[in-house]
Amino acid sequence: MSLATLPLPWPFEREFMQLALAAGLIVGLCAPLIGTFIVQKRMSLMGDGIGHVAFAGVAAGLLVDVWPIWTALVAAVVGAVGIEWLRSRGRASGDLALAVLFYSGIAGGVVLTGLAGSLNAGTLTYLFGSILTVDNSDALTVAILGGVIVASIAVCWRALFSIVLDEEAARVAGLPVDALNLGLAALTAVTIVAGMRIVGVLLVAALMVLPVGAAGRLTRSFPATLLVASLIGATSAVVGLAAARQWALAPGGTIVLVAAAIFVVSATVTRLPGRNGNRLLLSGQPR
Amino acid sequence: MDAVSFVYRDTPVLDGVSFKIASGEFVALTGPNGSGKSTLLRLILGLLTPAEGTVRLLGQPPRQVRDRWRVGYVPQRPATADLLPATVQDVVATGRLARRGWWRRPNAGDRQAIRDALDTVGMSDLRNRRMGELSGGQQQRAFIAKALVTTPDLLLLDEPTTGVDAASQHRFRDTLVTAARDRGAAVLLVSHELGAVAGDLDRVLLLRRGKIAFDGPPADLTAAGVSLGVHANDLPIWLEGLG
Repeated sequence: MSLATLPLPWPFEREFMQLALAAGLIVGLCAPLIGTFIVQKRMSLMGDGIGHVAFAGVAAGLLVDVWPIWTALVAAVVGAVGIEWLRSRGRASGDLALAVLFYSGIAGGVVLTGLAGSLNAGTLTYLFGSILTVDNSDALTVAILGGVIVASIAVCWRALFSIVLDEEAARVAGLPVDALNLGLAALTAVTIVAGMRIVGVLLVAALMVLPVGAAGRLTRSFPATLLVASLIGATSAVVGLAAARQWALAPGGTIVLVAAAIFVVSATVTRLPGRNGNRLLLSGQPR
Repeated sequence: MDAVSFVYRDTPVLDGVSFKIASGEFVALTGPNGSGKSTLLRLILGLLTPAEGTVRLLGQPPRQVRDRWRVGYVPQRPATADLLPATVQDVVATGRLARRGWWRRPNAGDRQAIRDALDTVGMSDLRNRRMGELSGGQQQRAFIAKALVTTPDLLLLDEPTTGVDAASQHRFRDTLVTAARDRGAAVLLVSHELGAVAGDLDRVLLLRRGKIAFDGPPADLTAAGVSLGVHANDLPIWLEGLG
């Protein structure tokens, strides 16, 4: 059965919208899974930095006529591992390492784009996303990358949480902290590449941060935060796509604006959980 | 630890430090700021390598210890604990990763161990509370439960009572005494604030300018005119008086 035959209601009755829905749901679910750990490590802008390196990879792919997803994936993984190496070795503080990655990535992208000819529609597709042009091949690629992310988090989330809690104590406990940190950096790169066609490299990091910020105000336990953040990400994708079709808006930007709106609402109706107040908190089940 | 020295960027931090801690022994390590207490703790844990001398943890070089769960470590309370979207139970559960393997799902034994550890520190009724809702003392008890959840043979604590209220200090004292006396664990407490445990310590190690200035029972300190309990503030003054 092809996606085109699925009897979905408006606005997802057409094949291109069903492909967009599938890709959007996968990215909406997966980006916050990774983002939960990035945010708790106080590295919320890491996704942005890696996104800029991924853009350089896209430009390189267009220059040498290789599918840009693959070149972006290689560039993003190399950049993510590099930033983790700089941070963990103390060669640069976290924000300085991000800045190095950020500016090197965008500068490399600009130079490679110039070598390729000019800034064209293909480049813009990756910069700002083009979810409505996602084809079966793109959706399959996003699904495979999403599967890698979900499987990795299912196995590693407890150890990653331990590192977020106290990296030194996790090291004392014998956890492979360096390997897990590198793995998280690589998964961040995979998430960025998976989301490139959906919301673009300039905005994909927002889906890693905004749902997590909202979920953190609504939940008590860490697994509940992972779950609720993913649900908020998926909801943002569905509502954003529907709104974009209804009012002919840019889908990528609309999805992110919906996520931002959910964050604002959660911040308005709740107080940051703490000693002086907590409202509407969802409790995780004892495990 | 035998004749251990450590140098940081050409500056000597520890110089010929030697001591042992036996099973069931409750030892405090104290000294002025900058005396090398935290460095010494990190050497014991294998997070740093000595320039000279030998460190043994559970009879082995620290980095070769396979059964890491036998070491319970309570670091200084993380500054991010208030903002963490996690319950007390989430935090304590991470302590079991060293024992069962970090990739495995928790089993019935893990869940029972978590209940026992929470009970030991008097936090059973707060297990589903978010960390940010707790006082500093309650948060610290949660981190102590995390260290106790593997029933370690050696418990190392780094300034655990800083900013902790009196009620929590009392509970904290009970927990450490139980670990040492009833479970036979060796306990090394690194702290400036020894008043809550002064009457229970077997030994006090005083570190000053990178050297052990005193190693003996608290009673010997009392004989020298210093009480770790009633006159806790005497300790830094007394330290300054040492040659």
